[in-house]
Amino acid sequence: MSTENNTAVEPKRESLFSKNNRKLLKDPLDDSNPITVQVLGICSALAITVQLQQAVIMSLSVLFVMIGGNVIISLLRNFVPDRIRIIVQLVVVASLVIIVDQVLKAFQPDISEKLSVFVGLIITNCIIMGRLEAFALGNKPGPSMLDAIGNAMGYAWILLVVSIVREIFGSGAISLPGMGQVKFLPTSWFISEGGFYENNNLMILPPMALITVGLIIWIQRSRNASLIEEN
Amino acid sequence: MAINKNGTGYTFGFAIVMVIVVGAALAVTSMSLKPRQQANAADKKMMDILGAIQVESTRDNAKEMFAQYVTTRIAIDATGGQVSLKQGDVDTKDSTDPFNIDIKKDYRANKPAKGDLAWGNANALTFPVFECDKEGERLYVVPMVGTGLWGPIWGYVAMQGDMKTIYGATFDHKTETPGLGAEIKEGFFTEKFAGKTLEEVGPTYFSVLKGGAITNEHSVDGITGGTITSKGVDEMLNRTMGIYLKYFNNASQRAER
Amino acid sequence: MEYLSIFVKGIFVENMIFAYFLGMCSYLAVSKTVKTANGLGLAVIFVLGITVPINYLLENFVLKEGALTWLSEDYANVDLSFLSFIMFIAVIASMVQLVEMIVEKFAPALYGALGIFLPLIAVNCSILGGALFMQERQYPSIGEATVFGLGSGVGWWLAIVAIAAIREKIRYSHVPAPLRGLGITFIITGLMGIAFMSFMGIEI
Repeated sequence: MSTENNTAVEPKRESLFSKNNRKLLKDPLDDSNPITVQVLGICSALAITVQLQQAVIMSLSVLFVMIGGNVIISLLRNFVPDRIRIIVQLVVVASLVIIVDQVLKAFQPDISEKLSVFVGLIITNCIIMGRLEAFALGNKPGPSMLDAIGNAMGYAWILLVVSIVREIFGSGAISLPGMGQVKFLPTSWFISEGGFYENNNLMILPPMALITVGLIIWIQRSRNASLIEEN
Repeated sequence: MAINKNGTGYTFGFAIVMVIVVGAALAVTSMSLKPRQQANAADKKMMDILGAIQVESTRDNAKEMFAQYVTTRIAIDATGGQVSLKQGDVDTKDSTDPFNIDIKKDYRANKPAKGDLAWGNANALTFPVFECDKEGERLYVVPMVGTGLWGPIWGYVAMQGDMKTIYGATFDHKTETPGLGAEIKEGFFTEKFAGKTLEEVGPTYFSVLKGGAITNEHSVDGITGGTITSKGVDEMLNRTMGIYLKYFNNASQRAER
Repeated sequence: MEYLSIFVKGIFVENMIFAYFLGMCSYLAVSKTVKTANGLGLAVIFVLGITVPINYLLENFVLKEGALTWLSEDYANVDLSFLSFIMFIAVIASMVQLVEMIVEKFAPALYGALGIFLPLIAVNCSILGGALFMQERQYPSIGEATVFGLGSGVGWWLAIVAIAAIREKIRYSHVPAPLRGLGITFIITGLMGIAFMSFMGIEI
């Protein structure tokens, strides 16, 4: 996914591939991951990771809104009065999301139906606001865009992993568009069919999302000792 | 920069310009897209109604299919009397067309009290029925709205010509838990309703039982782990049928005469 | 009785953190000590208690379809609900700015401790979540909406103070190094969430 975006950016300016800019893209995937290190965007990450499909839709929307928001705020950075910057950021993000939702509702009603539930969650996703405040307000549009892509990707991979774990153990199958339910275990293993295996309904419930993210943090930090906290 | 961007005047100016620009942009988008959005919503409604009588349709052919299968659109009042009747093409701008009755809005504005199987203010409302003709068989489609675990749920139930037997049903929801309550929209759940009958005496005409229970001809098995959503479907069915059965009884008496 | 039920439900059954995960970011980041957690929790109660009723008035007298009829009967078909997100957000952001100024003036120590998170309370999803739940549930009067806002706020405060207390104590335990800090907080919150699920289905 990130390589695709790289090629899309390429023709603009060679310097976009400087060491610094590559760092902008790569760092959020691990060392400064928005979810597991910066602690941003948790609410949505937990609420919509019951199914892979939802996680993908949410990730794409966040990618889109982050790029838009970061670039717009970065362009406006010299004009925004400090005192009302938070409101300006929120208004930019909210109007972007609303316009996208309205356009989808008119031209792609089926996608919009799936997305409309998340609209509120996207607006308040602190990952977007956090990056606007921390990066876009002080940087040029080009790097801001890369920062947006990097952070959205860092956010996306956690979402995908959590949703895959939860859906497999919670529902015993992953539902993909156009393919229905893809089962991972033979049906005869399930207790309802006389077997021994039962889906863990607890995985579908909210608390297990937290525990799954906790486990991801454990794995990530045992591989990357520089992230370990003091206490 | 020459302007002091932290000055009070500048801040106010910026805020005002921003409000105007954003307000205008949103208003223009909303206004210009509204007709398309309404058309989409109408198509979706037609698809749902057709789904209840087990006719597959797409957004592209929903209008033709609807005209082909749905013969009459009727509005009834809370006592089961007929208020108005329309045939022919649906006009989404005509507020007297029963097709345009927004039962979701009516439900939100007249939420039944807790544990009460009646609408808040049913006497002031009208309820739509869609009379369909599917390969010579007469069917009645009834829309319904209720509340699940997290938010609204709704559905369409098709009754056979005898007005007691369920022909088919579709349900949908806004924010039920995926994998649990959200399963009410899946085929395995809606299929269970076909062929079941309503009890003649209320207030419980039909039951959606706790997942895994033994069922009879007046009940179906709910969703395991989606108890509150299943209860919501149960409540919605009984509350809605309480009103429509009055109309159906009147209608079958008329037919006997 | 209705008020009490809404209040208790907001705290326990529909807890913003444990049932909806709203406001997680600041919950995780500002829960290292009970003192700061308490401060942020109180700020959230305050902001929710103010913004929910204001947004309620906005919703019912400006935004909802037919809400403008108090101005003139001609506006019965005006539906401004597409503006609701942005209006809610604007109300919340300005209220937060107000709280920020008050805290800065009267409690500079607390202001220093809350740091970046005070401005970010504006994007604390629990605040907008409160407004959206209020819109969704159509509370019949402003009193009920206010009680709902306060109840949700108290629920949030309870959650953050509880986790902060646990985190203060867990410093003395042998937590595996990679789990220290954020990781163990996630897991404990999950366990607390499971405990809070026992309130679900309780009808008051």
